[in-house]
Amino acid sequence: MSNAPPPLLRTCLYSEHLALGAKMVPFAGWEMPLQYVGILAEVRAVRTASGVFDVSHMGRIRVEGVGAGPLLARLLTHDAQALRPGRARYGFLLNPQGGIIDDTILYRLGEERYLLVCNAANRLTVLAWLQRWAEGFPPLAIRDETLATAMVAFQGPEAFGKAVSLAPVEGLRPFGAWEGALPLGGHSVPALVGRTGYTGEDGVEWVLPAEAGPFLWRALRGLGGQPCGLGARDILRLEAGLMLHGTDIDPSTTPLEAGLERFVDLQREGFLGREALLAQKEAGLGRRLVGFVLRERGIPRHGYPILHNGTVVGTVTSGGFSPTLGKDIGMGYVHPSCAAPGTPIEVEIRGRAVPGEVVPLPFYTRRRPETR
Amino acid sequence: MAGMERKPYYPPDLRYTREHEWVRLLEDGTALVGITFFAQDQLGDVVFLNLPPPGTRLTHMGKMGEVESVKAVSDLFSPLSGEVVEVNREAVEHPEVVNADPYGRGWLVKLRPSNLQEMDALLTAQEYEAYIAGKG
Repeated sequence: MSNAPPPLLRTCLYSEHLALGAKMVPFAGWEMPLQYVGILAEVRAVRTASGVFDVSHMGRIRVEGVGAGPLLARLLTHDAQALRPGRARYGFLLNPQGGIIDDTILYRLGEERYLLVCNAANRLTVLAWLQRWAEGFPPLAIRDETLATAMVAFQGPEAFGKAVSLAPVEGLRPFGAWEGALPLGGHSVPALVGRTGYTGEDGVEWVLPAEAGPFLWRALRGLGGQPCGLGARDILRLEAGLMLHGTDIDPSTTPLEAGLERFVDLQREGFLGREALLAQKEAGLGRRLVGFVLRERGIPRHGYPILHNGTVVGTVTSGGFSPTLGKDIGMGYVHPSCAAPGTPIEVEIRGRAVPGEVVPLPFYTRRRPETR
Repeated sequence: MAGMERKPYYPPDLRYTREHEWVRLLEDGTALVGITFFAQDQLGDVVFLNLPPPGTRLTHMGKMGEVESVKAVSDLFSPLSGEVVEVNREAVEHPEVVNADPYGRGWLVKLRPSNLQEMDALLTAQEYEAYIAGKG
């Protein structure tokens, strides 16, 4: 028996990353680019122009058949059957206690065809969860397409305008999805383009066969997309107030505690975890996730205590220096009595209590919202 | 931005620690301390410096502060014993100079050394380069 960890997976863009001089790091079982030119420069590119991200490590699971809609409606916090074909929606898979197994984007591609995009670290868990419940919803096919496909995000104020030169997606609204064939590398390639992302900017995400990934990657770079790594992605999503599963939310936290109730249709009966959420709402929350800004310099990091009047009232889940705001920001769970915006708090940073205050999320909203 | 496209360099007139600080003796008897090219490259973009105020007494290889990048926090150690006489305000207010110019504008503190024999315990540029060759 060997105790060596399993070898890391590589995306179809691995050699592109190496050729660009990326710093590669292990992440959720994959060998992924952390940065190319520098994390702050990559963040700036996405906030001011456009950036291109290899997100092929994200899980992509096809759910198809007559039972697909009913299964997903049972397991997700939104009604998969009410989603129109060509639309995507953010939601959660909950355990019976209301805890978040994963946060997902569900694309409805046709009457009985769905694509569920989940976090890389949770791919096998989500797959097993779907399969466990699938028996009650025949006929149904569940296929993990993660390794056979590439996923590339193209994000920034200039991204959507540039993307239309590669795919006929002019009419695509936010959370809309287009499927069709694209000419890439001398071939006609089946592709999915969704007007979605994880940066707080406008943009699109592409899913296409892995062999075609490098052609798309080079085309997006040719349009001026700055290659961006996981480091920039983490800052961008934090500035936009977006959760990272395993850090801000996990199977022990509920969408209500995390302030994500708008993604949960509590009126709708029959989805897993609903009773637990209703009971929690009735009983009252023991903690709430809030955003905060520090008034003095210091970098809040995962696990640091949050204090109010000298007493520990919570814990930081995510934090860092926001280059866009020029401030040190973070998120964390606090006692509900300290959750109101404006509440003074302190974060204990290695023995130093740094003052700050609770602020509404998100920290950053893009200036020119696209038409909905 | 972090120095992906720049070549590593280790000026021969400096002395280095195994914790990746450098020290430069000045003609007025003081010494500048900073972090090496290798350190800033490993850290990535530096976003915050916690440095000891003037008057602080530092000890040889004792903790003198912290440097934080977007990725991680790292302790700083003083190459020499002595008293802090100045903190580089430009680096505190614009930490990116530590990445851009680690041996020049990106110096961290100026100190008045109390025991120059401690220099003998530090590495030459050649020794330091050999030391980090096994770490890259």
